[in-house]
Amino acid sequence: MSDPTNQSPVADEPTDTPATTTPAPTDEVTEINPDVDITPEDIGVPVVAEGERLLEVDAVTLRFGGVVALDEVSFHINKGEILGLIGPNGAGKTTCFNVMTGVYQPTAGSVNYLGKPLGKRHKYQITKLGIARTFQNIRLFANMTALENVLVGVDAHHSTGVVTAMFRLPKHRREEAQGRARAAELLEFMGLDGKADELARNLPYGDQRRLEIARALATSPQLLCLDEPAAGFNPAEKVKLMELIRTIRDQGYTVLLIEHDMKLVMGVTDRIVVLEFGRKIAEGAPAEIRDNPAVIAAYLGVDEEDAS
Amino acid sequence: MTTASTASTKAPKKDRPNLNERIADMPLPLKVVLWILFAVFLFALPLLNIPFITTPDSDFGGVLFTVSTYVLVALGLNIVVGYAGLLDLGYVGFYAVGAYTVGVLSSEHGSLPWIWCVPIAILVAMISGVILGAPTLRVRGDYLAIVTLGFGEIVRLTLINSQWLGGAQGISDIPRPPGAELFEVPSIDWSTGVPVVDLDSTTIFLKFGINDFIPYYWLALVVIALVLVFDILVKNSRVGRAWEATREDEDAAELMGVPTFRFKLIAFAIGAAIGGLSGALFAGKSGFINPQSFELLLSILFLAAVVVGGQGNRWGVILGAIVVAYFPERFREFSDFRVLVFGLALMLLAIFRPQGLLPPRRTLRAKRADERQHVLEEGEASV
Repeated sequence: MSDPTNQSPVADEPTDTPATTTPAPTDEVTEINPDVDITPEDIGVPVVAEGERLLEVDAVTLRFGGVVALDEVSFHINKGEILGLIGPNGAGKTTCFNVMTGVYQPTAGSVNYLGKPLGKRHKYQITKLGIARTFQNIRLFANMTALENVLVGVDAHHSTGVVTAMFRLPKHRREEAQGRARAAELLEFMGLDGKADELARNLPYGDQRRLEIARALATSPQLLCLDEPAAGFNPAEKVKLMELIRTIRDQGYTVLLIEHDMKLVMGVTDRIVVLEFGRKIAEGAPAEIRDNPAVIAAYLGVDEEDAS
Repeated sequence: MTTASTASTKAPKKDRPNLNERIADMPLPLKVVLWILFAVFLFALPLLNIPFITTPDSDFGGVLFTVSTYVLVALGLNIVVGYAGLLDLGYVGFYAVGAYTVGVLSSEHGSLPWIWCVPIAILVAMISGVILGAPTLRVRGDYLAIVTLGFGEIVRLTLINSQWLGGAQGISDIPRPPGAELFEVPSIDWSTGVPVVDLDSTTIFLKFGINDFIPYYWLALVVIALVLVFDILVKNSRVGRAWEATREDEDAAELMGVPTFRFKLIAFAIGAAIGGLSGALFAGKSGFINPQSFELLLSILFLAAVVVGGQGNRWGVILGAIVVAYFPERFREFSDFRVLVFGLALMLLAIFRPQGLLPPRRTLRAKRADERQHVLEEGEASV
């Protein structure tokens, strides 16, 4: 399925110049191109042109009793960009993710996806519409194999039920074959080929993080939300992750990235939204954010990088 | 550490494949032959009268039938508890619903033949599973256990107090499964120390009578085989993966596109249906049912079978059901002590094999993969 000419396992890649602050040039990226065979048309969601608004967080307020976790937060994500969502601990970044993926309902305001409010949809329905996420603290299906973890993601767009599976009807066989092919591609893409049959909980930490991304990609999202994907990574691994995120974007996915590591965020994102105490305090290109006095005061002023 | 020492310590483990692997490596025709031989052995088991295995104090055919119903129930409960991770403490309720559906339709308020009642019993049990599951599967863990515990008791108390359902006296004269008297199968006699074909003690194929329970055991075996095939087909599909994902992390599963509530309900309904099927078999064999046949203790024993065997592994729970149902019958001579010994055995099991006698095979396979990985990594490091 994938192009055999540019295949090379991630482990074989040279990890030169891990200390550079600027991102490595994109031509160094030799990741495998997966044949992304589920398109928005297949899923039945509208196609958004490159650069158009994919998702809009519109004046979202979320209160837990007296605590205001999000206070009239508004921003949007354009198709094909990498948007960084940063802020000090407790600023409401993950809460924002949870509102976007349907875990919480906003107290006021709305999340509009593809021009329509998400409303009170079930979480799995939002995933089907094309918003996928990873978790800050890894939440894989620990006692399932790596392949099965990814298959669960692919299954989001399948409809095999008990009767179909029981009689091994053509739909089951078709979906199973498609799912396994796609899951194998994604594992290969994330450098996890050869570990398909290992239980998720037995994988090394870095592999678990990558498996989470593979599982999220398996749901064929239009918007991929990564919640601190580099947590616990060393500088060399972070550089590799930056390349990977860029590759994912080049495959046609839109990426929303929560990250503490400023180097990574500044290096990889197109735009950045900064939250503090549940409020948006800045939005703009990485260079603008770097020079924004409010951001420096709130975030860059404190020694966050060393803390994380 | 040198490569040689690593290899010498790790290699023997790799070279010794376990039973599963040996079976998997066999050529297909050999596997088929072995399976057929195994099936023949299972069918012949009550006639072979093998010393020590055969229960001395109770009819072996009847014991084997009881064991089979436990196996069937354990397979059904394994789908609920082992695959979908839903703790069900009232499983006997579905067993009772199945048995009473047969009793009511064939004897108490109708005269349908047994075979017609079975699909209805399965359906009624399934519907009762959906009725119980639809509101309660929204709660998790402990709460679900308490609600299902209540369900089992409600069913039993309803049976005792409803005269329409026969009250405490229960329902009698339940018709037997339809049969035919085709030929007689002799049994083996070991009384002289060597196996001798005993033509005086025979079982009529296929007469569902009141003295010889062996044909009921055969029927149960066929049903178990069908349920096993169903189990394997459904487990190895999107449905099985969705169950496991829900068990592992319900929120994450939902966020990966699994409609968890729907799949939990499906697991509950299928589990209930298999429970109802076992109940229908039980009613057809005993011909008489009363509320005392469906005590809370039975729910606990069913769950014990699943946990002892290794929840999530269908072969494990079969073994667990055999242990839970067979050993108390085999060691009946210790009468009063057998529950004590049983309890002690369960405790030892909990200490030494907390994952059950046969934990899901994948754990073992993954462990071996892990070991191989270690060998590789250490090898690379030492080069």
